[in-house]
Amino acid sequence: MAVFAPSSVLPGRRKTTPAAAERRSRLRHKFDVSGTPYLYIAPFFLMFAAFGVFPLLYTGWMALTQWNRDIPGSEGTFVGLGNFARLINDDYFWNALLNTAAIGVLGTVPQLLLAMWFAHLLNRKMRARTLLRMGVLLPNITSVAAVGLIFAQLFGRDLGLINWVLSLVGLGKVDWQAGTWQSWVALAVILTWRWTGYNALIYLAALQAVPDDLYEAADLDGAGQFQKFRSITVPALRPTIIFSVILSTIGTIQLFTEPLMFNPGLSPTGGDSRQFQTLAMYVYEQFWTHGKYSYAATVSWAMFMIIVLAVGANYLLSRRIRSST
Amino acid sequence: MLTRRPKALTALLLGCLALVGSAVGACGSATPGEKRLVVEIFGDLGYRDLYTKFEQSHPGIKIVEHIVSYDDHHKNLQAHLLGGSGTGDIEAIDGGYMAQFKVMADKFVDFRDYGADPDQWLAWKSQQATGADGRLMGLGADIGGLAMCYRRDLFEQAGLPTERDRVAALWPDWQSYIATGKRFMAKAPKDVAWFDSGSNVFNAIINQAPVGYTDRGNNVVVADNPAVKQAFDLAVEAVQAGQSAKLATFSQQWNAGFQRGSFATVACPAWMTETIRQNAPQTSGKWDIATVPGGSGNWGGSFLTVPKQSKHRKEAAELARFLTAPEQASWIFRTQGHLPSQAALYDDPAVLGNTNAFFNNAPTGRIFTEAAKTLRPQYQGPKDGDIGPLIGLGITRVDKGKQGPSQAWRQVLKDVANATEP
Repeated sequence: MAVFAPSSVLPGRRKTTPAAAERRSRLRHKFDVSGTPYLYIAPFFLMFAAFGVFPLLYTGWMALTQWNRDIPGSEGTFVGLGNFARLINDDYFWNALLNTAAIGVLGTVPQLLLAMWFAHLLNRKMRARTLLRMGVLLPNITSVAAVGLIFAQLFGRDLGLINWVLSLVGLGKVDWQAGTWQSWVALAVILTWRWTGYNALIYLAALQAVPDDLYEAADLDGAGQFQKFRSITVPALRPTIIFSVILSTIGTIQLFTEPLMFNPGLSPTGGDSRQFQTLAMYVYEQFWTHGKYSYAATVSWAMFMIIVLAVGANYLLSRRIRSST
Repeated sequence: MLTRRPKALTALLLGCLALVGSAVGACGSATPGEKRLVVEIFGDLGYRDLYTKFEQSHPGIKIVEHIVSYDDHHKNLQAHLLGGSGTGDIEAIDGGYMAQFKVMADKFVDFRDYGADPDQWLAWKSQQATGADGRLMGLGADIGGLAMCYRRDLFEQAGLPTERDRVAALWPDWQSYIATGKRFMAKAPKDVAWFDSGSNVFNAIINQAPVGYTDRGNNVVVADNPAVKQAFDLAVEAVQAGQSAKLATFSQQWNAGFQRGSFATVACPAWMTETIRQNAPQTSGKWDIATVPGGSGNWGGSFLTVPKQSKHRKEAAELARFLTAPEQASWIFRTQGHLPSQAALYDDPAVLGNTNAFFNNAPTGRIFTEAAKTLRPQYQGPKDGDIGPLIGLGITRVDKGKQGPSQAWRQVLKDVANATEP
């Protein structure tokens, strides 16, 4: 708290009555207590307004026009909700949504289960525990672009390590990029590799709140590792699971770099039949490749609304789960 | 203490990774009184020594070159022009992107105001950079030309002639190129295809048509122009005959294909000779170059432009004129292989007599200039750069057996409609 010298003792200052000085000091104190917190958080909200709210609103405005790279002056053509009507009938949009959802489910469900199991194991007393705990985070701090490129090589048709192993054990080569299911699975593997450690750490943090006596009691009862996992770890993690599911859902809907890098030739179509084109890639293709600025803005807004819906559904679900326990 | 060690170790490890992850590109700042010209290009055009020469004859000018990848460079330029700031003083633009940037021709200086004469370049090259009002928004740097690079050793193993004039006589047109491919495949060594990818063959064919994807009224005519369908059908016939190595151009696998000898021919512009040499130096002497089926063609090549945003337009225009002058272009061709676009050099013995040792001393000067000189200029629309790859995807779908030709063509038309609607 700031301390102010009484102004009467300072030489050369304008004379004020002690009562007025008292009042001013009280005002300052009041501002200090109730005002400064807002000042401290203001930078975040100013940044958020500039880089979050403004682009959101501007994109919304763009979606109502027919702005196209190749038509000079088209940014002023107002078409109302016409772009959204087109979106409903756009096969490629629904295809991208399906791809995104499928890759999301394949890449998130096994990942979160694995992360819980990792958290359960890392919660035990063992040698080099901190090293291992930090180690699981390593895949997450590597560059996405580099990871995408390396996995594209691992999943290569002719020279990829994974196909080499498959052919060693007598299974045929798989053209990972060409097939629909194949590419979904490959991308799910990349996501799982990258994010399992991150979620494991979040679960681990939540597990710190679980008293050791529970596990000790289970040990006395002769429970196995898996039984303890099911009966203690998972129930204790329930609120955290909801949190990580929401985060993963948002992350999945924005999935972009991995599938872009996975594509030989790096075109944003996501394979020759758009088999792994995600929503974000579709926005990118429409905006950058085809110069359909307004339509890309429309797809972005649709993505935003899908995220809001998904998070809302998650929230309702989590309330039901919480109230049922 | 023992338990703390892993922690310290991890912290160290994380710190190191963070450092590596945040490699910062330092930017030099100009000293007072010095004019700094920024040249933004998307591949090495071989200008470095020329900058020094220009700086020496123009005291007070400092030239900085930024090289970014092909896609990113053109996206950045588009964004910086839209945003109204951020472009360099000189921006290179690839021939395939020129029509798209011509829509914003008023955002570039007109080189005629700085004394440039469009007739200094091949007519079709200058035409590509000439706006509707006659403004010259780009100066021709290099062009691609087009030829057919082929593997002598693989031709010999398949019982085909290897001498370049006799090879060129095998394929006066694309039909006979595919027929020769069938002969080759019948006796080809194991795992060797006739060409790299169907989309590359398609591009070379459509390039020779009088009208491509867009007519002079800027209407996209992919669905109505028989030449596009014919080129598609030819490429599809070839891939269905098993002649394609199914390698996407510029992919890692494509690069590896040169080292492994996965295909016997590849349609190659002048700049690709350098790509092949760098990709597979061990194949030196096994390659040769013959005339492309149909005789003429061009793939790629770039322009230099000066955006009006530049604070030193006069100096930038002067530098662009210097870099694209015949004397410099000839030097670049002889030392680095980029084919010039300056009309005067097409009679220059130093250019015409150039040979390439990596390609069995093929007369690259004569072959590539011939292809570029006889090219019938094709009108380019702003969407052409987007349309080509979409048709290429259709050919790839047939190549991989995912679709039949008619189904693939239907989806091509749907993709093109999606790309060209506003």
